Amino acid sequence: MSAQVAAVDHAHDDHGHHHHEPTFIEKYIFSTDHKMISKQYLITGLIMGIIGIAMSLLMRLQLAWPDHQFTVFEVLLGKWGEGGVMDPNIYLALVTIHGTIMVFFVLTAGLSGTFSNLLIPLQIGARDMASGFLNMVSYWLFFVSSVIMISSLFVEAGPAAAGWTIYPPLSALPNSISASGLGMTLWLVSMAIFIASSLLGSLNYIVTVLNLRTKGMTMTRLPLTIWAFFVTAIIGVVSFPVLFSAALLLIMDRSFGTSFFLSDIYIGGEVLHNSGGSPVLFEHLFWFLGHPEVYIVLLPALGITSEIISTNSRKPIFGYRAMVASILAIAFLSTIVWGHHMFISGMNPFLGSVFTFTTLLIAIPSAVKSFNYITTLWKGNLQFNPAMLFSIGLVSTFITGGLTGIILGDSTLDINVHDTYFVVAHFHLVMGISALYGLFAGVYHWFPKMFEGRMMNKNLGYVHFWVTALGAYGVFFPMHFIGMAGLPRRYYTNTAFPYFDDLADVNQIITIAALITAAAQLVFLYNFISSMFYGKIGALNPWKSNTLEWTTEHEHIHGNWVGAIPHVHRWPYDYSKLNKDESDYVIPGQDFVPQTVPLQDNEEEMHH
Amino acid sequence: MTGLLALIVIVLLSVTAWQMSKIFKLSKLKSDVQEDSTVANDSDNNRQGKLMMIFMGIFYFIMIYCFLYYSKFYLPEASSEHGSDYDSLMFISIALIMFVQVITQALLHYFGYKYRGKKGQRALFYADNDKLEAIWTIIPVIVLAGLIIYGLFTWSDIMNFEEEEDSIVIELYAKRFAWEARYAGADNTLGNANVRFIEGANTVGIDVSDTDAMDDVVAGEIHLPVGRQVIFKLRSQDVLHSAYMPHFRAQMNVVPGMITQFSFTPSITTKEIRDTPYMQEKMLRIRDIRKDKNAKSIAAGDGPIDEYNEFDYYLLCNKICGASHYNMQLKIIVETQEEYDEWMATQTTFGEKIAAE
Repeated sequence: MSAQVAAVDHAHDDHGHHHHEPTFIEKYIFSTDHKMISKQYLITGLIMGIIGIAMSLLMRLQLAWPDHQFTVFEVLLGKWGEGGVMDPNIYLALVTIHGTIMVFFVLTAGLSGTFSNLLIPLQIGARDMASGFLNMVSYWLFFVSSVIMISSLFVEAGPAAAGWTIYPPLSALPNSISASGLGMTLWLVSMAIFIASSLLGSLNYIVTVLNLRTKGMTMTRLPLTIWAFFVTAIIGVVSFPVLFSAALLLIMDRSFGTSFFLSDIYIGGEVLHNSGGSPVLFEHLFWFLGHPEVYIVLLPALGITSEIISTNSRKPIFGYRAMVASILAIAFLSTIVWGHHMFISGMNPFLGSVFTFTTLLIAIPSAVKSFNYITTLWKGNLQFNPAMLFSIGLVSTFITGGLTGIILGDSTLDINVHDTYFVVAHFHLVMGISALYGLFAGVYHWFPKMFEGRMMNKNLGYVHFWVTALGAYGVFFPMHFIGMAGLPRRYYTNTAFPYFDDLADVNQIITIAALITAAAQLVFLYNFISSMFYGKIGALNPWKSNTLEWTTEHEHIHGNWVGAIPHVHRWPYDYSKLNKDESDYVIPGQDFVPQTVPLQDNEEEMHH
Repeated sequence: MTGLLALIVIVLLSVTAWQMSKIFKLSKLKSDVQEDSTVANDSDNNRQGKLMMIFMGIFYFIMIYCFLYYSKFYLPEASSEHGSDYDSLMFISIALIMFVQVITQALLHYFGYKYRGKKGQRALFYADNDKLEAIWTIIPVIVLAGLIIYGLFTWSDIMNFEEEEDSIVIELYAKRFAWEARYAGADNTLGNANVRFIEGANTVGIDVSDTDAMDDVVAGEIHLPVGRQVIFKLRSQDVLHSAYMPHFRAQMNVVPGMITQFSFTPSITTKEIRDTPYMQEKMLRIRDIRKDKNAKSIAAGDGPIDEYNEFDYYLLCNKICGASHYNMQLKIIVETQEEYDEWMATQTTFGEKIAAE
């Protein structure tokens, strides 16, 4: 009801402009405006995130106190948690759906979808995406796939439970686990729709960046956010179709009796007719997307961080060209490293050598990025807004998590830590926590652009950051050590091996840290929702930033700029640039020069 | 132990809470003056910069604590010959990444503190330095090249093993949720097998018409003579599994439809590893824990828990395979050649088993 009233109000605000008044449905539901679509992505992503994180807490409770009966299991899991005891099948389902939701629905759609949509038109100086209609279709396909994924939780035989990697034959044979019946079908359908959504979105981003830049916005004047979104979209277009084909072949194996991935199987007391297929083929197809996917998740976060660190350091990002080059290098390398997930899959050991080589190469652009971030902080005038804290936090977890990649990317060392908690610690830090920090940083920073000038509360932001930062390391740093103890991941309980008994304490500490960290996210949710309605209206350019989005009005209008689209005269990182005789900033008394300001007489022209 | 850890967690949390309350108080005081509660001002920058240092301190404390108290959980020294190469590569890699970790995290957080914003402070306009960037591109290149080369040599030694004359061939047969070991027998040649032959006592699908198969021995435990190369041929009956033998630094997936392999030479017998100080200490800890568990279990009316007095090597499944994935294990016993021969003599061959049926 109140939403409708608000809608009417906003509609009235629009009177000044010359297009027809959008109805409630046009404005809030089937909107073709990139700003609204971005908010739709964000809110859907956040809801999926709440579900995904809640699932991880259930798993952590089970792992820390396997003998304890939790009422919460019975409440949330129903027949799968009868008497407060978690069923082993539902544990595997939680593992699967948590992974799927976090990787695809939160960190792909929720992060890249939100900020690509919001920032690409605003930062390149475009009125909207190249195709607003496709953009709308993309969101609604994402919405449908989310609904299908969630509805699979309520299937009688349980949701998919073969791990987020859904390796066949487990995922292909309903008589291996009951979850591979309808639950798995829904998973595949949901992901197929998700891929369609992602492709429509990505194509739109690519076309928009290439064609709709305003006058003067050359590729080398693009903010690093746009570079990151642009390259991410390209990786998505290259790799997502391969996952689609893998899913399609799997559907055929499941329903039409083909044998792409199945051979020589005896299950449930009978031999299956399938012959000649190979599960390793599926692994190749899956990881051909699966690994680039890591960078689809991470690159937007790194782009957001670059922009925020530069703005809040009041310094240009160090080594702009090197940053662009490393984004491109990471994107290229990301498509030729997938085999490092398969060192011990049974593929030819020679391939293992090749993939070790390409994988460790990726450490180089990553190292360059980290060093450049640190150098950007050096001799800055750091403004610790919550977004800045999360960006620094991202650099920290990116380094901590990235370094252990040197161990996992080495085929030899992978032998003994493969599929242990060492891996879980590694990827949660380097892509999970890092990308989430990127998401949070982006929300704090661009909240006023999404919600018509309203700002989030900074003190709640500080609480949110520090508790999360401590908690995340409390969860994932000790986890490396139980991994080095040879503790396998995806075990419902470790009690079947008395050898692991002395790791129980560590598991409890991890769970406690996880509960605290999750509680801190409630602070964020409160801040987010209350600021949406009651947040203070801030300045037009609250962070004193150079990029174009801050030249728009608070009020959202279709087309973004009231008058003509601004032209661009410089790169986006002229922070604290001095005039020729170094007596003052280029614009006296103002330590930033927006991209719309032409070259001044008193400044030197730089080529970055 | 738990008490101490809980205490540390509580202390850390209360430090956080204390800092938080201070932030709240200070921000309230300030709000009277002018500032809005949305953009960081000088006092925020000052406080957050200092918190950066405090956070760094806590983070380093967590790292040091983990290395001091949790590194005892690391697997013991490898019980296979290639394992010692593995261990030294691992040691070098960890030393290297911790070196980089300690330096970069220190710089990151220290710069956060040192350059916290002040009104009037001028940031340095510093956009490029090709020399610096070249340096930190080239250093990782060199270090990684070293690691890659070292790693690849080790990898190729482990994976492209040469079959020795006295090697033992064992087929590891995986099915949900158990393992079986098929020894190649006197001729050291495994008989043909396929899941289509599974019937009755022939649980691993051996081809009955293959004469090589008659002396094969199917066992529910793995016995290995110390110092002799063993070649595992891995076969799955149903879904993907992974044969993980952490103490031997050995792991290989088991894939239906194909035969994968892994080879190592065990170097420490079960008896020897039980006597190592590492294992003695570990067993003491576990015995203590299990005593408590046992008492609790009896008090709850669930009866005593399984005994666990001595360490045994094990093989476990490390690829999600269904509901009981977490309990798919097999005991491995490494012993002297004589003990191994004795055990082998008590086993019935496949031929005898079939004849008995």
